[in-house]
Amino acid sequence: MGGEGLGWKDLEIGFVVTEPGNASSYKTGDWRSERPIRENERCIKCGLCYIYCPEACIHEDEEGYFEADLYYCKGCGICAHECPRSVISMVEEKEE
Amino acid sequence: MTKGKIVGLEGSFAVAEAVRMANADVIAAYPITPQTHIVERLSEMVADGDLDADFICVESEHSAMSACVGASAAGARVFTCSAGQGLELMHEVLYIPSSMRLPVVAVAANRALSAPLSVWCDHSDVMALRDISWIQMFAENNQQAFDLTTCAYRIAEDKDVLFPTMVHIDGFYLSHVIEDMVLPEEEEVAGFIPDYEHPFVLDPDKPVSMGCYGPPFIYPETKKAQDVAFDNTRPKIQEIWDEFGEIFGRHYSPVESYKMDGARIALLTMGSCSETAMLAVDELREAGIDVGLIRLRLWRPFPFKELREAVKQLDLLVVLDRAISFGMGGPVCSELKSALYNKREDLKIVGFIAGLGGRDIQISEFKYMVTQAQEKVKAIERGEEVETEIIGVREGGGR
Ligand code: SF4
Ligand code: SF4
Repeated sequence: MGGEGLGWKDLEIGFVVTEPGNASSYKTGDWRSERPIRENERCIKCGLCYIYCPEACIHEDEEGYFEADLYYCKGCGICAHECPRSVISMVEEKEE
Repeated sequence: MTKGKIVGLEGSFAVAEAVRMANADVIAAYPITPQTHIVERLSEMVADGDLDADFICVESEHSAMSACVGASAAGARVFTCSAGQGLELMHEVLYIPSSMRLPVVAVAANRALSAPLSVWCDHSDVMALRDISWIQMFAENNQQAFDLTTCAYRIAEDKDVLFPTMVHIDGFYLSHVIEDMVLPEEEEVAGFIPDYEHPFVLDPDKPVSMGCYGPPFIYPETKKAQDVAFDNTRPKIQEIWDEFGEIFGRHYSPVESYKMDGARIALLTMGSCSETAMLAVDELREAGIDVGLIRLRLWRPFPFKELREAVKQLDLLVVLDRAISFGMGGPVCSELKSALYNKREDLKIVGFIAGLGGRDIQISEFKYMVTQAQEKVKAIERGEEVETEIIGVREGGGR
């Protein structure tokens, strides 16, 4: 996210943010300790994972599968819990 | 010099007049003793069409301040007022307009805190608000209640200030007492408080985000910016008071003195009891004691420089607190000691507590403080522990 290097003199009065919607640049993916992995073969493309994701970071790809954006995915596991086909498994993040 | 007319007004009505003449756009307040008459008078003015403002009948002080924050963020000139428990309920929201740099103006009719339940005056509620980063000042009489509320708008809305501002008037002593005072011409007040424009307002055509989330990587920078900006309001406050003085003929400064010429001892007070202290100083002067009075007009930001200047020639400073910082003593006294530490090692500072929960402070008690403080200095010099005395409190113990 932008802003990490800002000094106090760089801030707008009252810490007003003048760039609308810049929260989208805030990375929440690094909060994750587990990542969701989907088995495409058994997925029925119902979209329930997309509906339940509290981070709203799941999107439908060109083939109709639902993919998590790992820049935002916090690894909460709700998608895995809600998937009616149990095709999502939560896999521990490893040091890269 | 201003014309104006002399009227007899209750302190609460004097405040309401100031808000009316400032042409406030939004008033959100919840009535609580002893501030109630301010809210009642303002709602009457709005209902009668004497003030073209939106009066929001909120269900609590927490909501009152929340509504003020929203209205101020939209660029409105706003007003609220409270007292005692009401200020405590408002407390959570009080930090928001100051951190967001919104020029909300408020009046506090100072009241003791429960328990036991007390609607009467002391400064316990004020002391709980020390760190909210609002500019705070004390009025001693109804004229000052009017003048300082008027100035509060100019100060808060100044582009170099943009901090919420609170005027303290002692509950009942000012809020419910009718005094004669000069009510200036409306046009003159309107000229003194022109319309203002905040650099950032809620505007769909120019969207901004206010009151954002501040993760650890930026939060300390926001607080540093706030602290520096708050410190830097001092010269502007004086400048605006000077301008007020030129137009209206009444002059204010952060630290005001009374009979300080040649004084070796001074009493220090805030608020309405300063006028009683003046009478005590008169009597002590007549008795040949070199005593004067220092009145702290500006409470936040703390006027370090002016205070050091005021105590320059003193041997003894006698500080009155109308609140207790439990386990610490008198809060004003501790702050003064900290403000003067390393600056005046030879100056003795002795604190007293009086006037809790509306107990009157008499002239004789101020005189007692001056005499007793000199005895306490001797005890301090003998290396004895001197505790903060609560004036006039009954010992009992004979049951
Ligand atoms: S793990 Fe949580 S945040 Fe990540 S995609 Fe699944 S529901 Fe969304
Ligand atoms: S909830 Fe399961 S089955 Fe449904 S789209 Fe998501 S991954 Fe596929």
